[in-house]
Amino acid sequence: MVTAPGSQSGPGAGRISRRPARLPKPLQAVVRLAGIVPFAAYIIIGLFIPLIAVLIGAFQNSSTGAWTWSNIDAATHGAYLKGYENSLELSLIASILPGVFGLLIAYAIFTAKRGGRVLRQMVITASGVFANFGGVPLAFLFIASLASTALVTGWLNNIGVNLYDHGFTLFDLAGVSVVYMYFQIPLMVLIIMPALEGLRPSWREAAENLGARSWSYWRHVGGPVLMPSFLSCLMLLFGSALSAYATAEALTGGTIALVPIQIGTLLNGNVVAGQGNVGKALSLGLVVIIGVLMVLYVMLQRRAAKWLQ
Amino acid sequence: MAAVNQSARSRNGKFPVWRWVILLIAGVYFLLPLYAALRFAGVKAFGSVFTQPGFGAALWTSVQIAVMTWAITMALMVPTTIYVHLRLPAMRRFLESITILPIVIPPIVLTVGVLQVFPTQLKATMWLLGIEYVILAMPFAYRAIDAGLRSIDLKTLTEASTNLGASWVTTVRRVILPNLGTALLSSTVLIVALCLGEFTMASLNLVTTFPVWIVETDQLNANISVSASLIALVVTWLFLMLIVMIGSRRGRRTGAGEVNLFSVTANTKTIGES
Repeated sequence: MVTAPGSQSGPGAGRISRRPARLPKPLQAVVRLAGIVPFAAYIIIGLFIPLIAVLIGAFQNSSTGAWTWSNIDAATHGAYLKGYENSLELSLIASILPGVFGLLIAYAIFTAKRGGRVLRQMVITASGVFANFGGVPLAFLFIASLASTALVTGWLNNIGVNLYDHGFTLFDLAGVSVVYMYFQIPLMVLIIMPALEGLRPSWREAAENLGARSWSYWRHVGGPVLMPSFLSCLMLLFGSALSAYATAEALTGGTIALVPIQIGTLLNGNVVAGQGNVGKALSLGLVVIIGVLMVLYVMLQRRAAKWLQ
Repeated sequence: MAAVNQSARSRNGKFPVWRWVILLIAGVYFLLPLYAALRFAGVKAFGSVFTQPGFGAALWTSVQIAVMTWAITMALMVPTTIYVHLRLPAMRRFLESITILPIVIPPIVLTVGVLQVFPTQLKATMWLLGIEYVILAMPFAYRAIDAGLRSIDLKTLTEASTNLGASWVTTVRRVILPNLGTALLSSTVLIVALCLGEFTMASLNLVTTFPVWIVETDQLNANISVSASLIALVVTWLFLMLIVMIGSRRGRRTGAGEVNLFSVTANTKTIGES
């Protein structure tokens, strides 16, 4: 339908038309968008405004509101810099180890022939449960098993392995990463499965017909096809470990120097006055790291999609 | 890599050793803490969890928050998703990327922002949690409903219904919603699981929900905390099994096979909630 120029967005646009149901196209589009206004409003108020407040607050003085770099400066020095180092180290350990182990489990159940269906169903269902099982209950499960006087520690003691004499403690980086694997491994199993299913048997057969041994198949076909998916899954695991708060907080009572814990402490107000916005600067740092991870994730997923449909 | 090699050679029919080793290690790692927790808690502690001071109040708070979150999420997401499917199909990708944000953004960061901008009257109340859990629940509510709508021929159904003279409200209520049964049930279960388990925002907003209560109780009585944790685990496990059952039983009938535990968990794992 053709409308006179200038009438498109005018208030009378609807009345010009003889059939009121048919509005001019641009106006139709606006009217159509009206249907998602409640959703848009909710997400702006509940998600975007708080996030923007964090990003702005990171550059403001907590008491005067004046623009400053001092929060960023504080967040990137001393104890807070150490927090970032710890967080990145923890996320690296708690993404690579569960990543490899999760891949092995997924491959083990994926290739199982005898009783494979039942096994697969069982492992995947269990993974779904364990991947969602984090936070407070998880922390207590491990306190009951691996704290200095707990059951498993005692067993190991009896067979002559004293974990705590070897410098292990449940409440430092190594301990926390052992606990994180409890939800990271199942998560890996769930997210790498589709990639494994995308490896077509015909590729394998073709390679074998051409005389490839197992190693050459993995070196030249399976490995390269799987690699982008594997790496993108590692990005997800890394992000998941980096932003985890509840488990570490419940486990260590907030004593471990990780960025999310430090933000929580600042939020609780257990700090010197005037440092309130340092928490926002720390948050900004987390968002930046997660942003980079997500860009990498999308790029790797695109590469992976080339072969795995 | 050696293990993988070996597997390939013996992959015709046999169940090679490396597979047993991997699954055994996994079994020990995942089951031992459960056993240890059972032993640590002791049988008596389970009974006394329910009579602990504060238990009832904390659970009641969590339940109220869950009901509120469920009501808002459904009222917001069901009409929006149906509307987008029918009128704005081009927006689906956009909505998908918007609703992924709550998964990607660390909950602690969202908490910082929320406590900064929300009015003081809402702070330290469960209302704030109800409002914000809707944001956290949005990713899986949207994905479940979206998958449910994709599995039915929405356009034909609505055209048939309107041609027969049904109004929009009637079409949604009597044609679309009954077809979304599976999707709505699984998103309900996931919302409840989220509301009963969320700790980050609840503790920093100073509301004693069930998980917060578990941590607070630990300072007085560790046995109670461990048994309450086990109970929470069993409840979560039952909820998730429920999704599997809904997915496999009703999924085939309504065709909403895409909403099952695996797709939902893989898509919706809230990063950082753990």
